[in-house]
Amino acid sequence: MAFITANWNPLGEAFYRKTELYEMCWTLRDGLRDSLVAAAPYGGPIGRNIITPPVAVLSVSVTCLSVFQWKSGPVVQLGWTVSDELLCVQEDGSVLIYDLFGSFKRHFSMGQEVVQSQVLEAKVFHSPYGTGIAIVTGSSRFTLATNIDDLKLRRLPEVPGLQGKPSCWVVLTQDRQTKVLLSNGPELYILDNTSCTAVCPPGLSPQAGSIVHMSVSFSYKYLALFTDTGHLWTGASLYLQDKLSEVDTKKTTTPKQMVWCRRPKSQQPSVVLMWDRLLMVTGDPCVLVGELDGVRIISSVYQELLQEVPLVCQDIFKIASMAPGALLLEAHREYEKSSQKADEYLREIKEQSMLGEAVRQCVEAASHEYDTSTQKSLLRAASFGKCFLTDFNPDVFVSTCRELRVLNAVRESSVGMPLTHTQFKQMTLQVLIDRLVYRQFYQLAIEICHYLKIPDYQGVSRVLKHWASCKQKDLSDESIARAVCVKVGDSPGVSYSHIAAKAYECGRTELAIKLLDFEARAGEQVPLLLKMKRSQLALSKAVESGDTDLVYTVVTYLKNEMNRGDFFMTLRNQPVALSLYRQFCKLQEQDTLKDLYNQDDDHHELANYYVTASYREKRLDTRLSLLQSAVDEYNKAKNEFAAKATEDEMRLLRFQRKLDDEKGAGLLGLSLQATMEALLALGLHKQAEQLYRDFRVPDKRYWWLKLKSLAEKEEWEELEKFSRSKKSPIGYLAFIEVCMKCNNKYEAKKYVSKVTPEQKVKAHLAISDLEGAADAAIERRNDSEMGAVLSRCTTQDGSGPVKPKRPHSVAQKECNKK
Amino acid sequence: MAHSARRDSPELPDFSMLKRLVKDQLIYLLEQLPGKKDLFIEADLMSPLDRIANVSILKQHEVDKLYKVEYKPVMSTSEQLCFLIRPRIQTVKWICDVVNADKTAGKCRRYKLIFTPQKFYACEAVLEEEGIFGDVSTDEWTFNLLPLDEDILSLELPEFFQDYFLAGDQRWVRTAGTALHLLHSLYGPFSKVYGIGRCSKMVYELWREQVEEGEQKAHQAEIGKVFLIDRDVDFVTPLCSQVVYEGLVDDIFRIKCGCVEFGPDVTSSDKSVKVMLNSQDKVFNEIRNEHFSNVFGFLSQKARNLQTAYDKRRGMDIKQIKAFVSEELKGLKQEHRQLSLHIGASESIMKKKTKQDFQELLKTEHSLLEGFEIRECISFIEEHMNRQVSMIESLRLLCLLSITENGLLPKDYRSLKAQYLQSYGVDHLFTFVSLRQLGLLVEQQPGDTLTVMESKVGKLVNDKTAGKLTDAFSSLAKKSNFRALSRKLSLVPKSDEEYDLRVPRDMAYIFSGAYIPLSCKLIEQVLERDSWTGLEEVTRLLNGHEFAAAGSSGADLSEKNDAQRIILVMFLGGCTFSEISALRFLGRERGYRFIVVTTAITNSSRLLEALLDNHV
Repeated sequence: MAFITANWNPLGEAFYRKTELYEMCWTLRDGLRDSLVAAAPYGGPIGRNIITPPVAVLSVSVTCLSVFQWKSGPVVQLGWTVSDELLCVQEDGSVLIYDLFGSFKRHFSMGQEVVQSQVLEAKVFHSPYGTGIAIVTGSSRFTLATNIDDLKLRRLPEVPGLQGKPSCWVVLTQDRQTKVLLSNGPELYILDNTSCTAVCPPGLSPQAGSIVHMSVSFSYKYLALFTDTGHLWTGASLYLQDKLSEVDTKKTTTPKQMVWCRRPKSQQPSVVLMWDRLLMVTGDPCVLVGELDGVRIISSVYQELLQEVPLVCQDIFKIASMAPGALLLEAHREYEKSSQKADEYLREIKEQSMLGEAVRQCVEAASHEYDTSTQKSLLRAASFGKCFLTDFNPDVFVSTCRELRVLNAVRESSVGMPLTHTQFKQMTLQVLIDRLVYRQFYQLAIEICHYLKIPDYQGVSRVLKHWASCKQKDLSDESIARAVCVKVGDSPGVSYSHIAAKAYECGRTELAIKLLDFEARAGEQVPLLLKMKRSQLALSKAVESGDTDLVYTVVTYLKNEMNRGDFFMTLRNQPVALSLYRQFCKLQEQDTLKDLYNQDDDHHELANYYVTASYREKRLDTRLSLLQSAVDEYNKAKNEFAAKATEDEMRLLRFQRKLDDEKGAGLLGLSLQATMEALLALGLHKQAEQLYRDFRVPDKRYWWLKLKSLAEKEEWEELEKFSRSKKSPIGYLAFIEVCMKCNNKYEAKKYVSKVTPEQKVKAHLAISDLEGAADAAIERRNDSEMGAVLSRCTTQDGSGPVKPKRPHSVAQKECNKK
Repeated sequence: MAHSARRDSPELPDFSMLKRLVKDQLIYLLEQLPGKKDLFIEADLMSPLDRIANVSILKQHEVDKLYKVEYKPVMSTSEQLCFLIRPRIQTVKWICDVVNADKTAGKCRRYKLIFTPQKFYACEAVLEEEGIFGDVSTDEWTFNLLPLDEDILSLELPEFFQDYFLAGDQRWVRTAGTALHLLHSLYGPFSKVYGIGRCSKMVYELWREQVEEGEQKAHQAEIGKVFLIDRDVDFVTPLCSQVVYEGLVDDIFRIKCGCVEFGPDVTSSDKSVKVMLNSQDKVFNEIRNEHFSNVFGFLSQKARNLQTAYDKRRGMDIKQIKAFVSEELKGLKQEHRQLSLHIGASESIMKKKTKQDFQELLKTEHSLLEGFEIRECISFIEEHMNRQVSMIESLRLLCLLSITENGLLPKDYRSLKAQYLQSYGVDHLFTFVSLRQLGLLVEQQPGDTLTVMESKVGKLVNDKTAGKLTDAFSSLAKKSNFRALSRKLSLVPKSDEEYDLRVPRDMAYIFSGAYIPLSCKLIEQVLERDSWTGLEEVTRLLNGHEFAAAGSSGADLSEKNDAQRIILVMFLGGCTFSEISALRFLGRERGYRFIVVTTAITNSSRLLEALLDNHV
């Protein structure tokens, strides 16, 4: 315990310590020389690409996961994505993606022009948007992709005066923008989407010379520049405005690597520089990995973590420290020895009433320690101190214990994830579980979920999902589907569509479909089914869901994917989709509609289509020919009525045109009734008569029409003649009413004698001849008619122009007699 | 008229929250486009929008000028254009034209499309096809429910009817489900849900889905039971002439979004007046549910009362007059104004109705409902067509004839159709196609039903396609069976009894005692039994699709709870004011309160007009 400070090195006001994480057991023929190495932050995996012989090696800290033959072209840069996939940027600009186990996943290209100009240098970077790649090409142009999962290539503007590659460059992510900072000799430029700006770091002495190396901190907040005269400038990277320090390292050779070593809330950010065989690193070539709170140093033998000693650890372990935590630790140690000194120490802390603080310090320090025995002694001290406190909230203590247990488990060399507590907090448990899952430590992941009591849908379900997706690679369809279903069951939050998507990725379409059957939400099923080209199934699933939007999505997709015939056939079997598509066509593509009906042999709809089209047509000839097509189709559809109606319409149109030409009557497009009306109004009785006969207009209709038209034109003589032409099919009461409407009582009277006996009373009433009405009613001996007359008498009594000569009582008596 | 309220009526929930929610969302959306902007509003959204946010609120949120969407080139000079539209392809296409015209003119503007109540993939596809998807931003304004009155909520989606029932397009079903879910989460949990009809079932299922996905917050229920009903369950009721005051006003003056415009003939001046018709209008509130024959009596009584209230002034001293002026006069004045408007409206209604032989028309309707003297009715309809009285009215009578008679005889069908075409033009062939599709106007199949079935099935075997199969079944399903239903539910009271319209016995009073609306009768029967048991024969005649389900758990089921007597009735495809009046009457009789949710307020003319311009 006393030796805890043995590996601490002071620098400025802070201490730094180097902790050995693992002893590497990879067999290296040439150490790390002649190979590209990339290690992911947060204790991520390490990838190596050895140039001779071309082999790629992937390992997780200690254990080698896979070694495979490199068959592709020369690799410029390696990197890891946020989901633990290896990116290999090749010289020709293509990027290959492998998973942790060395199987190829996919590839993409950084643009056509790169193929010729070649990639000179590439960098893989992480931003809030995901994993990005930046390259500089042989023609000195930069190309960026901020998120490789949603690939959008951005070609940055030209840098003035740049030949070949710049002397050094980094990628910065600030203000939601990704920029490139580069130096070309003494000049420094910032490149963003649209412009290239020259910048000058403040306070960099002019004789410092040109910048040969630069490094940006893990959080993109700090920047370090190294010049060829050995000056090291550090400052804030945002607009390069604040200078932190400038040091002359007296080293004129360019360091091989330069990495920031700081932690959140660090007292002093510092930079680790590495030259070929110098500085705090053993002679072997090694690789530095910038972490959130330190630097990981990977050499061929060891993997170590260099970090600033956290403040709380300093407080406790500094020699002769009197911090409450240190005293508590000491008290506990004495207590274990059964020494009464324990009481003295305790009392000392209690007198300052710092016991709570002491416990807190011990707990926090424990979380920063890597060695389990140190963790234990600190936690025991904390628990000891806790006993003397009445109102101490134990949550922090409990959660720290739990988390440390998890961390210790993942730090095991068989798992090989050297996470610090700070990193763990930053990364969150979800991500940790994901990463364990990527490495196929399903058992451990589930244990952790159970141990930390994470809700199922966040924890266990996710693990199961991955497990199921992975499982597919080796068994038969049926057995997998069953196995997956048994294990996953109805765990909340497991998306079967996701598992199915993985199955499809592995080329197992049938399995994917089987798995999709377990998916409850149609919105999740349909897109995948489309991707798998199971359009029929997708369509029926969409229709089942009752979600019109989904149906429409599938229909549009099908329209573009299939040839027309197949497309229509598919729709035919889905009435809902078909009606939806028809609606759309009616508004958007009339011609498609016609094809659709044609394909279906739907003569009736086809005929309707022609008729509709005829209304849009201005020219009469076209219109008639369209109508003729409609007639043909109606006949095919055995709809005689419609065929006849359409033929009539054609006949009427021809007739109208003839008259329009001859008389300029302006009839075209009117209905039969309106045409006749217009003709009668124009006095063209003969033509109207012709229509009446040709179109077999019912007598009643024609009589009403003529009656009204004559009355409106006040041709009373004509009207009388007409009334005598034959027996009126509409009776003569109509004549009276129409005349009365035109306020011609005189004419109306002429027809009273002609009405049928049943209507006599009404007729008299219509011309306000109450007396006549009363007589007629009495004659007919009809109660209700009598009543009607009487009610009229009372309303008009006194004010009406006609007064019945006989008093009511007489009429009443007459009535009563019956 | 004196209604004996059986029990104290429970309080209705307060729906002003719905208005507030959508208003806040609209303001949020407008603020998403900072700076001055011109707002284009779809024509049929103008009135609903006005109920939510008036011009001054819009101006407060930097709306500069307001335009109606008219499918014409845009004259606006603003840098930012905002479109508030329904998700219709036609409108989106117009916007594409606007944007593309700006592009060719080299004008650079910002465009924002706000779809209400939701956006459809089809619209976005149009944007994409026209190449402007990247130039505009789109948003959704979930304006699902507009409270028209304290007991009427409307989705304001008249096209729901033709889209679902005619075109078979289910795009709005989800909207209805969402609306129901909103009511459930604000005023639920519902204890029981009943429904009838295919669409109702879908809405119910979509709502259930949303309930299961979302989390349930337990609170005191304000609405107990829910009844969902498809419009095609009962087409007879909306096709009858309305004779209750509110319905008549709607038939004649057309109430739009709870607001009616009375022309000069009503106001007896040269100006038109826009009047809000709801329970705030005291005079209207008292006559809205009355049979029209009672309205005059009531109004004159009211006028006398007003006069006495005015006359009180005479014997007053200064102090009393002061109190009178400050307290009562304003109310009296307002009541006076309302009274004179409603008297004017009633007179105008009388004038219009006597002109058209309204009595004859009603007599025919009643005979049709009773199934009495059908020949006379047919000749009345023929005469109606021959005299060209009214295009819509003739069609309405034809439909009523067909539904009540379970289809027309082939001979009658042909001759009536031919006469109609002669009167109003051959383009109405399509109208008849639509009517047949809906089952509103059909030809009786020769032979009895069994052979019809056989021939259909025989055809199916030949066709072997699923599409045809559903077609065949749906046309089979379109049998109305009105006569049998009417007997089973005794919808038509015996005609020999005198019906006193002043003291209504049952819901038949809304049709002068001649017919109890089928839709309301169903609701009454189901509520009475608390299930569909005992109504099996009826549902079979209505072609099934009925369901009853317990609502969500945690609902308080005790009958004592007031909320259990508040019943939400959702009409899918629209409902009429007469039906609302009938439900209000039922509520008073049984101690319920009904809340009507409808996709739109409808009546016979709206129903039929929706079918007219379907093809052209």
